[in-house]
Amino acid sequence: MKHRHILATLALGTMLAPVAALAQAYPDRPVTIIVPFAAGGPTDTVSRLVGEVMSRELGQQVLIQNVGGAGGTLGAGQAADAEADGYTLLIHHIGMSTAPTLYRNLPFDPLTDFTPIGLITEVPMTVIARKDFESASLADLVEKIKAEGEALTYGNAGIGAASHLCGMLLMEAVGAQMTTVPYQGTGPMMTDLLGGQIDLSCDQTTNTTNQILAGEIKAYAVTVPERLANLPDLPTTAEGGLPALEVSVWHGLYGPEGLPQEVVDRLQAALVAALADETVIQRFAELGTTPVSAEEATPAALTETLTSQIATWKPIIEAAGAFAN
Amino acid sequence: MDIFASLGLGFATALEPMNILYCFIGVLLGTLVGVLPGIGPTATIAMLLPITFSLSPVGALIMLAGIYYGAQYGGSTTAILINLPGESSSAVTAIDGYQMARKGRAGPALATAALGSFFAGSVATLLLAFFAPPLARAALSFGPPEYFALIVLGLLVSIALAHGSILKALAMIVLGLLLGMVGQDIYTGTPRFTFGFRELFSGLNFVSVAVGVFGVAEILRNLESEKNREVMVKKVTNLWLTRDDFRRITAPVLRGTALGSVLGILPGGGHILSAFASYSAEKRLSKTPQEFGKGAIEGVAGPESANNAAAQTSFIPLLTLGIPAHPVMALMVGAFILQGITPGPNVINDEPALFWGIIASMWIGNLLLVLLNLPLIGLWVKMLTIPYRVLFPAIVIFACIGCYSINNNIFDVYGIVFFGLLGYVLIRLGCEPAPLLLGFVLGPLLEEHFRRAMIISRGDFSVFVTRPISAVLLALALGVVILALLPSLRRKRAEVFVEED
Repeated sequence: MKHRHILATLALGTMLAPVAALAQAYPDRPVTIIVPFAAGGPTDTVSRLVGEVMSRELGQQVLIQNVGGAGGTLGAGQAADAEADGYTLLIHHIGMSTAPTLYRNLPFDPLTDFTPIGLITEVPMTVIARKDFESASLADLVEKIKAEGEALTYGNAGIGAASHLCGMLLMEAVGAQMTTVPYQGTGPMMTDLLGGQIDLSCDQTTNTTNQILAGEIKAYAVTVPERLANLPDLPTTAEGGLPALEVSVWHGLYGPEGLPQEVVDRLQAALVAALADETVIQRFAELGTTPVSAEEATPAALTETLTSQIATWKPIIEAAGAFAN
Repeated sequence: MDIFASLGLGFATALEPMNILYCFIGVLLGTLVGVLPGIGPTATIAMLLPITFSLSPVGALIMLAGIYYGAQYGGSTTAILINLPGESSSAVTAIDGYQMARKGRAGPALATAALGSFFAGSVATLLLAFFAPPLARAALSFGPPEYFALIVLGLLVSIALAHGSILKALAMIVLGLLLGMVGQDIYTGTPRFTFGFRELFSGLNFVSVAVGVFGVAEILRNLESEKNREVMVKKVTNLWLTRDDFRRITAPVLRGTALGSVLGILPGGGHILSAFASYSAEKRLSKTPQEFGKGAIEGVAGPESANNAAAQTSFIPLLTLGIPAHPVMALMVGAFILQGITPGPNVINDEPALFWGIIASMWIGNLLLVLLNLPLIGLWVKMLTIPYRVLFPAIVIFACIGCYSINNNIFDVYGIVFFGLLGYVLIRLGCEPAPLLLGFVLGPLLEEHFRRAMIISRGDFSVFVTRPISAVLLALALGVVILALLPSLRRKRAEVFVEED
């Protein structure tokens, strides 16, 4: 009897051992985070800042791999197809929730093909205009858009870009269409706004704060419920009389579908630590944003945001008739 | 603060031992990645971004900037030696540089590239120091109609790139334009010629196309017969320029520097035009245009100076307005942000040591580059004596790795294979790859700016002639066409486009 008991214990032990070792050992080699946009952009910057601290927390190097193209769906698709071992992850922004509507034959489902790990940050957006644009306030601007409509030009950084989404929301909130002028990225769009070639846009604070502070462009409102610390004079859209225009570029960390729970926990702990890091907080502040709270840097919060955002954007994109394919 | 005090501050910053070291590391790395076919500054800077976290902002940015303009020096090395341009600018260098190498004049070609680049880099840095803010302002008056007119002018004058039949050259430009259309249309989001592959949504990769039609096609051609490549190896004669060479390159270097400096400032694709424009200008002005495409030293001196001048002046919109002129500059924006500095009009006032330090470091970097590159010429030329059976697989492998590292997109590697075969077929048919690349690079820009101009003007064509800059550029373009059609000049043109076979 005793022998059998020992044997059973041994057998159980050998069965459990690899599992325990796996959990303890993760990560035993560098972890790759796919960023589905070009290096140097706002999402890339956010990812590198967070990745740097996560690397310290995990005791393994965190590599950022930029897989740009097709509005972020190429990189997301690669992450969805990766091994669910925790060594390939994805940082994606609001585009994760608009892709299912924008791309009618998307080869992955954002809700079922990924393991959500946590929200990272929500970057506010600003409604901006060329420096000599006539309107004095957001209310004036709304009247002007209603009166002049398609005579006004609105620049965006391409289909599915944050500035494209904000533009659709702005035009829906105002109830009038402007002439949309797409660009290949934020850089060229900002060049033409600075040069007065186009009238309006709406982009992330990451791209606009410095130009606003320098007086190179005019800002009308910030698209979140509270004013920003580094642009205290800029009213919110709600204060300016356009509460329907509320949008922020939220970023989330995902793994492929079926990530083991202990790996999710380990990554989530590292993410929370990264978001509490002094340098990250400071750099985020300079970008005009803040890390989300520890409660939001969770799988549950990310799932909730993703689900509700997919539902929010579907009718807006369909009404605008903007599809990528 | 006056300009001399500012420059003094800049040099004091740039000459700190650590910063000189970072500058040296940057230009050395830049030269190396420039030399390795396919791997360009974009991939290198992206890979090095995490390391820059631990450096001081000045050190980090000096190093990254060094990688960028260092790669311009290195890139011409492979273009000349093995016909493998890594960037649009060195594609032009490959046309005559490689022919010089085939004639045993690789040494003088490399020396010309290094000296031309150094001169252009120094002049452009001075320009950057003295006139950056007003120049950036001026560049902002270039809107979509102006860029459209500029590209039309560029395309028309660049037809001189071809040295074979004009019909074949036009066919190649059109093929290039069509290839440039692959990808998602930015205005409607409609995928064009993507055959359902999302990997093709962002279009064909320039490096794949260039490495394929120039490099791989050339390798295939070389493998045809044993004789050709032995000739190329054995005839390496002198390494340095003759007095006559110096006389021939002076004017092209000066013109290239001027053209490159002006075009580099324009954020909407001006830098791409610089090398093409300089080559066309040199061919037009030359007394012996028939030598172009067969190893004319002016065809190396002009474009090399132009592309290096443009590389320096493309920092102007970045440093003064926070606008990236091209993908490498977008990475530099990322580097600034990671260091906690948002590039923009405030940098010059808020961070004078950084702003002027970077500018001063560029001059130091150019000096380091010329000191680094001239002694290396002997070494590079020796590379040509490596047995071809060893060299060509290495070239192909490095090209594939480099290409893949840019976007981590396997289609870029398939692209090398496809365009290698296409390039070989084109060589057999006697068609030039350079006009194809020109069409490929400028076609999408032409369409983008034309459509944007039309959207903003709401369909009114008169926008191209009512805006003064655009009107002048289009008038110049019309002038080019009239000149080409004038009967008295027709004979001369017939000489320019001599049928080769």
